[in-house]
Amino acid sequence: MAVIHDVMPAFLLLQPASLADARKLLEQQGPDAWILAGGLDSFDWLKDRMRRPKAVIDLSGVQELKGVRNTSDGIEIGAMTTLTDVANHPLIRENYHLLAEPAEAVASPQIRNQATIGGNVSQDARCWYYRAGWPCYRAGGNICYADTPDGRNREHAILHAQRCVAVNPSDTAPALIALDARFVVQTAKGERVISAEDYFVGPDIDITRLTVLRPGDLLTSIRIPATAAGAQFYFEKIRDRQVWDFPLLNVASAITLSGDRIERIRLAVNAVAARPLRLASVERAVTGKPRSAATGEMAGNLAVQGAVPLQFNSYKIPLMRNLVKRAIAGRQEATWTSYSGR
Amino acid sequence: MDVLQWAIDPGGHRVPIHIAWFLIQVAFASAVVFLIVHAAYIRFFAGEKQWSGTTAPEVAAAIPERVPRHSLVARAFHWLMAASMLTLLFTAFLPKVGVEFDWVTLHWIAGTVLTASVVFHIIHASFWLDFWAIWPDTTDIVDATRRLRRFFGQAVPAPRRFAKYPLENKGFHGAIIAAGLSVIVTGVLMMFRVRTIFFTRNPYLFADVTWGWMYVLHGLAGVGLIALVITHVYFGLRPEKRPITKSMIVGWMSRDFVLKEHDPARWVVTPASVPSSTHEPAGLRNAS
Repeated sequence: MAVIHDVMPAFLLLQPASLADARKLLEQQGPDAWILAGGLDSFDWLKDRMRRPKAVIDLSGVQELKGVRNTSDGIEIGAMTTLTDVANHPLIRENYHLLAEPAEAVASPQIRNQATIGGNVSQDARCWYYRAGWPCYRAGGNICYADTPDGRNREHAILHAQRCVAVNPSDTAPALIALDARFVVQTAKGERVISAEDYFVGPDIDITRLTVLRPGDLLTSIRIPATAAGAQFYFEKIRDRQVWDFPLLNVASAITLSGDRIERIRLAVNAVAARPLRLASVERAVTGKPRSAATGEMAGNLAVQGAVPLQFNSYKIPLMRNLVKRAIAGRQEATWTSYSGR
Repeated sequence: MDVLQWAIDPGGHRVPIHIAWFLIQVAFASAVVFLIVHAAYIRFFAGEKQWSGTTAPEVAAAIPERVPRHSLVARAFHWLMAASMLTLLFTAFLPKVGVEFDWVTLHWIAGTVLTASVVFHIIHASFWLDFWAIWPDTTDIVDATRRLRRFFGQAVPAPRRFAKYPLENKGFHGAIIAAGLSVIVTGVLMMFRVRTIFFTRNPYLFADVTWGWMYVLHGLAGVGLIALVITHVYFGLRPEKRPITKSMIVGWMSRDFVLKEHDPARWVVTPASVPSSTHEPAGLRNAS
């Protein structure tokens, strides 16, 4: 079980100054290398002795991976850009504030000054059975301790659970899906550009990973297309403690209207499954309909179809229904509804 | 190098969790090496098969041109089991070697088909087929000993021809029973750990250590089946075995092949077992 230690076990610390050096070091060290971004997730693993890498490659000195750049087709955010810089960048605040909001909603100011956008989307699951080192499915074992009659699963999945019921804890992920972002990944075979929704992996595909990243792969930047700018955005995060916490559920939408009708929409939620979910069926159902409370109500009901609550998280179903409703209709139009039961 | 993977359970006990996945490659490589060695042996070293005893002309004349070997029901079972077994192997092991897809649901559905077909087969074979035909008898053992001793150059009589099934068939059937029943029994119990339409999920049905050994047995039998299936397909494709393979498709063997490899005294073709389409006017009779 997890024992918190004051110091981490020894490892070889490598601090490349360029992306090329980082790639070279990754190739040299092989699958035992641990990539360190902001360290907020990594140091938990290392100090708990749950991960014992031989080498840690610290990317904090790689300037190419930092900053927000204007491109011909939108913007490109370096994976090592801190969440504070993402939240405060004028280009993002002006055109893509859907991303600024969740970046600002992550944890505390101190953490946002250190945490990176790449780390936020690539962080591991926060299920305490998993983080405590129990031999669950996600850790390579043959059981999910959270999905048991007495398992503590208040924060866990209601959708797409398959053996493992952990959820993805990222706040920026649903916003990036709603913005139709592309993730640029350097692999041993070259560069891959992956759509935001395909960057994340569910337990049905690989139960031990939350993203497509394999050992040696490196997320270098995130591209947001110009087409996403100018849409009507909505982001909301529900958490236990407003001061700083992981999401119990979050939702992001980007809507383009034609008159009062929804012409285009991208809608995503997170913390309900092991990967952030783009709600494509809801998007199809509301396209062409007026942006109204009735449409929001219909969307909310559709969004939770197929949801299966665990022992202690059935509250997530009405929560998701309400958040989707508000993401479609807006906070003023959509009143919060207390649903009895599901 | 440990062939099992171990973990510490919440109670602090060291428990097995499953086999080490390199055993997949070991099973695959072992089967490939076996078939290369076997093919080389047949090509370069094996002589003409020699048998003791002859079949009386009147007995041979009574054998129909097409000797029924597998009923339609038996063939349907075989191919259904083959399809479900291949699905189980692909869904179990492809994700472990890097081919990722949603495999769990496909796996338990294929497992359910296999379980149902095997239960059917046990009942069908017990009451409608010649149950003992597929089990080795003393003649098989004696003849196998003779073949082995002759291989090493000893002067012993040639073996007799086979009964309905050669000893190799019987041995393979026994291995499939052992591995198949292992994966079926453990697999059915493992379905209590995932959501299916059959059971209420109960991951605490057994203690962690019991579950662990169950996963180990399931895995060992599973990788064993990789080797068994590869060798089975190999033998099915070998030229000298094609009449046997063909019989699993069309249901019958030619009289020539039966007389060459099988002993009518040990494989009795009764009139009742011959469908009308395979009857010959020239007197089918009980060869015993």
